[in-house]
Amino acid sequence: MERQILAYRRKNGSVGVRNYVLLIPVDDISNAVVESVEKNIAGTLALPHPYGRLQFGKDLELFFKTLIGTGSNPNVAAAIVVGVEPKWTHKVADGIAQTGKPVEAFWVEGNGQLKTIEKVSRTAVRLVEDTTDLRREPVDISELVISLKCGESDTTSGLASNRVVGRFTERFLDVGGTVLFGETTELTGGEHIVASRFKKEEDRKRFMEMFNEYQELVKSQGVDLLGSQPTEGNIAGGLSTIEEKALGNIQKIGNAMVDGVLDFADQPPGKGLYFMNTSSAAAEAVTLFAAAGAVIHLFPTGQGNPIGNPIEPVVKITANPKTAEVMEEHIDVDVSGILRGDLDIDSAADMLWKRVVGTACGRFVRAEILNHKEFVLTKLYRSA
Amino acid sequence: MLGFLVHKDGDVVGVATKDLSKGSKVQGRTLEGDREYELTVMENIPLGHKVAIKDIKKDEKIVEYGEVIGVATQDIPKGAHVHTHNIRSIRWG
Repeated sequence: MERQILAYRRKNGSVGVRNYVLLIPVDDISNAVVESVEKNIAGTLALPHPYGRLQFGKDLELFFKTLIGTGSNPNVAAAIVVGVEPKWTHKVADGIAQTGKPVEAFWVEGNGQLKTIEKVSRTAVRLVEDTTDLRREPVDISELVISLKCGESDTTSGLASNRVVGRFTERFLDVGGTVLFGETTELTGGEHIVASRFKKEEDRKRFMEMFNEYQELVKSQGVDLLGSQPTEGNIAGGLSTIEEKALGNIQKIGNAMVDGVLDFADQPPGKGLYFMNTSSAAAEAVTLFAAAGAVIHLFPTGQGNPIGNPIEPVVKITANPKTAEVMEEHIDVDVSGILRGDLDIDSAADMLWKRVVGTACGRFVRAEILNHKEFVLTKLYRSA
Repeated sequence: MLGFLVHKDGDVVGVATKDLSKGSKVQGRTLEGDREYELTVMENIPLGHKVAIKDIKKDEKIVEYGEVIGVATQDIPKGAHVHTHNIRSIRWG
């Protein structure tokens, strides 16, 4: 297995596989500025979103943590933060600046939109020039943080594509890599297996607290998730119950043991395998993983989920031969040979490893080529 | 040709690895390859959907992955399609 990649070493020592100049709006009403600058200045990437006003408490904390984490992600070389007013704008910019990367802050109040667009554009010119002058350097693959989440799963996921990711995960952890997984509600029926994998009892307890909190949240709404879980796509693909879906889901961590528990968007404190409390909605989960510093995402799919992320390349793996054919343009690694009996899990994991090395060195994944940039903030409750 | 795969010896269902036609005789095996099966398909079963690899009684637990994934809501004969019409979740629903 090839271990050397060519990647970007950031000032704080972290390793990125992309090199973005990110334009981050602090609030919905600043989207217009960053969208305008993105059109105006080549090499910039805007992250428009619908929130950032009148949030409070834990929901506001998570909002800041996600924006600061996104800007701090090693795939981001430099960031410009734009808000309606200076205080929250500086809060986000100062958080990102702790990584040592270039960060600038601008706000619209007292300036007007057009003047702000001009200021941001002029700063972006300089940051794009500096950023594109950075060089990739040889780095060991174990320095990457990789995240896992499957979607539009079917029985071929649990049978093959998730197992391939599981084998990859075992190998990547063996060489000293870092892996994040989550999908709290989608573990229902398999939570006892995940719980048995924690190295530390305190982490197992914390995991069960997070798991039970979700179950209580669902119950408090006077409903169960039947009708949502499994999804219509899952059922069309042959998954009958949440238990079956969960048992397929957890194949992604193989037989690995879990080193710790993270709350939404928390950065892992060290190397190893970490569970993160996340929604099971694909874009929400990947956005949280990226905010925690993950630089490549592995996404096995059965029926074919096209999701991407603006800053974290999402590698698609399918074992469903129909999906591999009809959604060919979305699939990076086709392991449908496993169902035909002419490909084994180890050889499929070799294929995935090779694709991760390629992705880390700059090869675009299909979701990037197809312009998928789903950036979806997790909202804990309604705003004031 | 391989018609279905079984996660673990002891499971009561297999997963169709291609579209299976009613009346056809198909072979299956466990993922580890430690056990082989043969059955006659009783109804058309699409790729990825489950087939009963033994006769299953109403209220019997459905075992896949060596774990319980639900319970039978009616008798399900060997070779029949196993899905939301004849099994349900124990956790939700």
